[in-house]
Amino acid sequence: MYEITFATITNWIDTFLGQYMPEWLVTTVECLLIGVGLLLVYALLALFYIYFERKVCAAFQCRLGPNRVGPWGLLQSFADMFKMLIKELITLKHIDRFLFALAPYLVIIASMLSFACLPWANGLQIIDFNIGIFFLIAVSSIGVLGILLAGWSSNNKFTLIGALRSGAQMVSYELSIGLSVLTMVAFAGTMSITGIVEEQKDLWFIFSGHVPAIIAFIIYIIAGTAETNRGPFDLPEAESELTAGYHTEYSGIHFGFFYLAEYLNLFIVSGVATLLFFGGWMPLHIPGWEGFNAVMDYIPSVVWFIGKAIALSFIIIWFKWTFPRLRIDQLLKLEWKYLLPINLFNLVLMVIIIVFNLHF
Amino acid sequence: MVLLDIFGIQNSALLAVVAALTGFGLVALALWLAGLISPRSFNPQKGEAYECGIPTRGESMSQFKVGYYLYAILFLMFDVETVFLFPWAVRMRELGADGIISIAVFFGILVLGLVYAWRKGALEWK
Repeated sequence: MYEITFATITNWIDTFLGQYMPEWLVTTVECLLIGVGLLLVYALLALFYIYFERKVCAAFQCRLGPNRVGPWGLLQSFADMFKMLIKELITLKHIDRFLFALAPYLVIIASMLSFACLPWANGLQIIDFNIGIFFLIAVSSIGVLGILLAGWSSNNKFTLIGALRSGAQMVSYELSIGLSVLTMVAFAGTMSITGIVEEQKDLWFIFSGHVPAIIAFIIYIIAGTAETNRGPFDLPEAESELTAGYHTEYSGIHFGFFYLAEYLNLFIVSGVATLLFFGGWMPLHIPGWEGFNAVMDYIPSVVWFIGKAIALSFIIIWFKWTFPRLRIDQLLKLEWKYLLPINLFNLVLMVIIIVFNLHF
Repeated sequence: MVLLDIFGIQNSALLAVVAALTGFGLVALALWLAGLISPRSFNPQKGEAYECGIPTRGESMSQFKVGYYLYAILFLMFDVETVFLFPWAVRMRELGADGIISIAVFFGILVLGLVYAWRKGALEWK
């Protein structure tokens, strides 16, 4: 059986450091290492996602996309980030300075905390509470606060409208996310992220939970798209109406944080969908097909997780080029009159399936 | 096979603090870097709100549509009810029939709330 446990590397570092330092210092150094690692993965993934989205969008529009900076334009997003760093940070006159400065911190911290909850491989997961998925939903909703503060503190009519729309949208669709996660938690019987992934060892939840799991997945992916303010739900930053929505007044790297968090949220939404419905880092197993399962085990779990998450992100980006933008009344109607009742019904269906043992 | 073992730190609360500090560090570091290398120029026009090119009329931090509040209140109601459903969802198999009956009553009230809001026209965007 081919297994790389991340713990072997960390245990080695732990014993190595333990030879030279007292215990409290070892823990501090390790926390520092975790922080630096998290920062690097976060930043690199955001840069990759910017590149990825631009390439996918270009493909949908029969364009080439970025292709000048570096091979296949791979360095384009690095260049973009550097450009943002060297742009002037404009100090505005009428803003609420404290809240204006606080907003990007909240947005980034919310996405960083939920990012740290994702299971990348066996043991390669930073925050693992026994209420993991609940914690993830809780911290990811801090982001709304950052967006509302950004819009309010800018003292600009466009940002205020953008922030309120964004707040109404994210808050509404969070309900759908919460309920579809609840449906899957009922099926898994645990809230721990490791536990949920372990439950899917033999068969992913989307297969073993069949009808209710598929409905929950469809609702989750729609709500997730709305939650990240993307695709057909990007009316908080409807360019033709509101200049750039809640971050109109932010310049340079200040704007970059919102940009970064938006792309990372895309990854987090697809990552959570992966761990809830597509088995997290578990390889594709089909009961009875021993040879096939053995071959699938040879693909490292990190590759499985990232591959599934990117495939789901591709679908979310695809939405953007398929559906026209919704109006605010249509958006709220979709959530409150369609998704929410369907979700409640789906929960009942899931309970029936579990009680009568109709799942695989 | 050790499942969760990042340096043997089992304290997830500590790691959550580390992650939050990392987020804080990312913003602080990038702002510091940008402050070092970005140019500065002063012009009174730059401090104005980015709206239409003409000076803003009236106060921007003012009243806004009450409809947003209505959705916020509805959200609060349903979200708190979802939070109450979570512990039951985890223990559903152990609690058995009793658990399902008692949660069905709770769930019925939740649905009644939605029906009431719907009939009252609270879900309409006016």
